[in-house]
Amino acid sequence: MSSEKNNDVHKIVDHLFRHEAGKMVSVLTRIFGFKNIEQAEDVVQDTILKALEVWKFGKVPDNPQAWLYHAAKNKAIDVLRRQQLKYKIDSDISYLLKSEYTLAPALNEMFTENEIKDSQLRMMFACCNASFTQEVQITLMLKTLCGLSVKEIGKAFLSNEETIQKRIYRTREKIREENITLDYSGADAMTQRTDAVLKTLYLLFNEGYHSSHPEKLIREDLCEEAMRLCLLLIENPKTNLPQTNALLALMCYHVSRFGARLDDKGLIILLKDQDRNQWNKFLIEKGNEYLSYSAVGNVVHDFHLEASIASIYANANSYENTNWKLILGMYDNLLSRTNNPMVAINRAVVLGEAEGYNKAITELEKLKGATENCYYNTSLAEMYMKVGDKETAKKLFGKALELTSSNAEIELIRRKIKSCS
Amino acid sequence: MEKFLYLFRGSENNAHDMRDNNLSPEEMQAQMQKWMTWMKALGEKGILVGGEPLQVTGKQVSGTKKVVTDGPFIEAKEIVGGYLIVNAKDINEAVEISKGCPVLEVDGKIEVRPIQSMEM
Repeated sequence: MSSEKNNDVHKIVDHLFRHEAGKMVSVLTRIFGFKNIEQAEDVVQDTILKALEVWKFGKVPDNPQAWLYHAAKNKAIDVLRRQQLKYKIDSDISYLLKSEYTLAPALNEMFTENEIKDSQLRMMFACCNASFTQEVQITLMLKTLCGLSVKEIGKAFLSNEETIQKRIYRTREKIREENITLDYSGADAMTQRTDAVLKTLYLLFNEGYHSSHPEKLIREDLCEEAMRLCLLLIENPKTNLPQTNALLALMCYHVSRFGARLDDKGLIILLKDQDRNQWNKFLIEKGNEYLSYSAVGNVVHDFHLEASIASIYANANSYENTNWKLILGMYDNLLSRTNNPMVAINRAVVLGEAEGYNKAITELEKLKGATENCYYNTSLAEMYMKVGDKETAKKLFGKALELTSSNAEIELIRRKIKSCS
Repeated sequence: MEKFLYLFRGSENNAHDMRDNNLSPEEMQAQMQKWMTWMKALGEKGILVGGEPLQVTGKQVSGTKKVVTDGPFIEAKEIVGGYLIVNAKDINEAVEISKGCPVLEVDGKIEVRPIQSMEM
């Protein structure tokens, strides 16, 4: 190795190891079977470790991905031979692993682009198995498909490692005991089960987008992962449904505002005060594109409505010029399909902008069940501010302050209280 | 200028057998990026002569009977994972330079050995 060569060492793609780990775990789990997922994860860990130890000496291969797959295949073959795992495997290709004639070719085939995507889809559906709780589904997705460690998942959920570790351990037991497999039975079943996967991706995204997590990077990572997985569903005709496109559109619109949501000090900037020049135009365009793809068929999914609302916000040139009447119509529709209090609160705020703040106050005060929600109190307080009742607004902001533990929110509410006096 | 050998023992993942303490893929990538930056700086300053990673497996050939055995069978954390050759004024400078190596941040170990000059 000459020192000149060392000078043009390039930076490898962001998250390369993490993303490739997710792909390789999916592929190897498909080969080893869902119940042997631990072995798959061990092979991937060893593979990435080997890459670190070899590449760090200054020589990143021209095709890092191919290097990783080659190393993973060899390690997988070793494991299959050494541990006689091949006789215990119960996967859709297990018959190919039993003979040396077919073992290596079968593994090569599994590491081709199409098969990798197929394995990721199978893994996604397996993670969303109906017998897992929503919490387990998201944890499994992050662990297997997104290459996050237990420590990183713990950090993302503001939970401790031990809790996540236990959750994963119990899930592995369940997979073995109930013999849950990665196989999806036919295209029809897959299409039917797509909604369950979308719901989990939506929650994963929200965890990143709405959480009061102190670390911005972690939140953005979760959103990015949810979008990446959603895109994978779009690339497959069986899962490329109108609602899949609507969900991705929704995510694009939300993420387009990431750069404008917080000020230099990490304090929250509300939608109406955000600098719209900082909104990511490319993502808004992408959102518009996916929203247009979603407008087929005759079923209106919640995601269609949510994405349409987000689209009106994202495409308005100012807060004042937002088409509130149109948004209100969407919210009315959404509210008729769900009894989610957040939807009701949001709808009332939009009603305020569309038809007057007193109407919003009347609507909000009907929502008796939401009074312990921080956002409910800040929203109602804002409406009282608008009609000039600073005293009531101050009281409500005070109550909201007791209902949040997020520093950014506390600071925002404190500033509001100041402006009430 | 003299030449020095850096021997890197163990791996970034000394905690490998305690699987939960493994570095995550993201952390390993960050660790690698640090190595890249460090190596690049060594190269630019004309310090780096060369170096290679080593595989963990190998053979040992010993004695007059040239007995070949698998090996080296030593503890994972003692295995030499790679080496670098650097230019430095003296052993003190070589040691100072080695202190910038990212492997130390994950509790790794570097052996710094002067290379014996063949000149009289």
